[in-house]
Amino acid sequence: MSGFYTLLYKELLRFWKVGLQSVFAPMLATLLYLLIFSHVLEKHAQAYPDVAYTVFLIPGLVMMAMLQNAFANSASSLIQSKVSGSIVFILLSPLSYMEIFLAYVLASIVRGLLVGVGVYLATLIFFEVPLRSFLWVFLFALMGNGLLGALGIIAAIWADKFDQLAAFQNFVILPLTFLSGVFYTIHSLPSFWKGLSHFNPFFYVIDGFRYGFFGVSDTSPYFSLAIVAACFLTVSWITLQMLKTGYKLRH
Amino acid sequence: MTPAIEVKQVYKRFGTTHALAGVDLEINVGDFFALLGPNGAGKTTLINILAGLTLASSGSSCIMGHNVVTNYREARRMLGVVPQELVFDPFFTVRETLSIQSGYYGLKNNDSWIDQIIYHLDLADKVNANMRTLSGGMKRRVLVAQALVHKPPVIVLDEPTAGVDVELRQALWRFIKQLNRDGHTIVLTTHYLDEAEALCSRVAMLKQGKIVALDSTRNLIKSITGCSVRLRLSPDILPSVLQPLMGSYDEGCYILAVNDYSQIENVLAALRVAQVQVLEMQLLQPDLEEVFVKIMGSAENLEPV
Repeated sequence: MSGFYTLLYKELLRFWKVGLQSVFAPMLATLLYLLIFSHVLEKHAQAYPDVAYTVFLIPGLVMMAMLQNAFANSASSLIQSKVSGSIVFILLSPLSYMEIFLAYVLASIVRGLLVGVGVYLATLIFFEVPLRSFLWVFLFALMGNGLLGALGIIAAIWADKFDQLAAFQNFVILPLTFLSGVFYTIHSLPSFWKGLSHFNPFFYVIDGFRYGFFGVSDTSPYFSLAIVAACFLTVSWITLQMLKTGYKLRH
Repeated sequence: MTPAIEVKQVYKRFGTTHALAGVDLEINVGDFFALLGPNGAGKTTLINILAGLTLASSGSSCIMGHNVVTNYREARRMLGVVPQELVFDPFFTVRETLSIQSGYYGLKNNDSWIDQIIYHLDLADKVNANMRTLSGGMKRRVLVAQALVHKPPVIVLDEPTAGVDVELRQALWRFIKQLNRDGHTIVLTTHYLDEAEALCSRVAMLKQGKIVALDSTRNLIKSITGCSVRLRLSPDILPSVLQPLMGSYDEGCYILAVNDYSQIENVLAALRVAQVQVLEMQLLQPDLEEVFVKIMGSAENLEPV
């Protein structure tokens, strides 16, 4: 198992060495979103009764930042070593595909949590955000980051070049996160879009996560947890199969 | 005894091209082995299959008795590969790179061995430098060091001296010879045939994905009968009795092919009779390069694969 710890350590060291870009920049970006949206929309929007729009926005933004950074971590690390060729050092080693999977996903979870916790703590300076159930918050944070960490591995293995990865990020991950109810409750949507949102797995991640803070959500948190867990397991299984067969890695 | 490397009927197809067309190869423990062949012959493909970087289309390969597919973890522990491409991870220093690589093999407290490698490859000045800042030669040294962190019993070097200066080449071979004396099996590919001849006890030659020669270096060289003698004469005229031996005329020198050393006596006698003076004489022994050229030439007519 110590090979796994080394790979995890390497992955953590990698993003920490560029921490300004990998942790602090996304924190700043998220706080700017909060500042702008809350300034513009505070008086026009109200998602839940008794919850100010800005406060409603915070868990969604925290989760969005986590999802994007969990994805970016495994994806950019893998694509860089793939394109530069330094992935051979991992492929030559006796690390099992399970160890490789766990190390990349855990590193993604750690980076996602660092960014998320950082944003959350920063918002606490200015706003009072309730925290009803730490357990729900933690469970959805873990699953959401894990899901995106695994998706990052898939995208980076599939992509041959940086622009293909960027396409995956911009045309799949970004729309799914933006349209998942970060900025609104789906009850405010026309029924077609509301129905469509139920097919977006990120919606359940954010909805369940928000439930942990406010005790209110669009869908039952148990149902959300089941969906998110099923997605996480499915995506993990696909990732493991790709690593096991050496798809696009061992020719 | 279990061979260090055992390759059985390995085929590899990339689309319609056959990179390897039925390779059988056994390399014994303790061998210093050369894998030779022109570019595109399949050397790197074969190495990649042994390392698990490429999956064979069919056939099996074992490192120290461990199958590289079904028992890949053990097989990879037994193998150290120096890749041909100059690759590196730009995030880390030399020491970080080496201790991380060693950690992948589950090794802890490996610092004293890492220090030895650093010393032998003359990397001590650069241990805390970031990989990005190193020159090409230094990066090559780190690549060699990375392949050795887990003290693998089998070490494969894929063109380790391509584009490397004399100093590093000598230091590298000194270290590799030392490892070979300590019992490590060494396999190398190179286009410098004099290097292979000086270092390797056994040689395999690959052409179009097939092994076309496999023997000890000495036997391969012995297979070339006779030698050549290079003569500068005064006057610059080859006596007619010697004309049948004439190989070529090059920069004022005649190169004559003789079957064995005793024939040289006859050549000299013929020159004396013709009153031709020998200004310069040089014996040209057959070498691995000659064998290589001959084998690659005669294997020209391999059936299309």
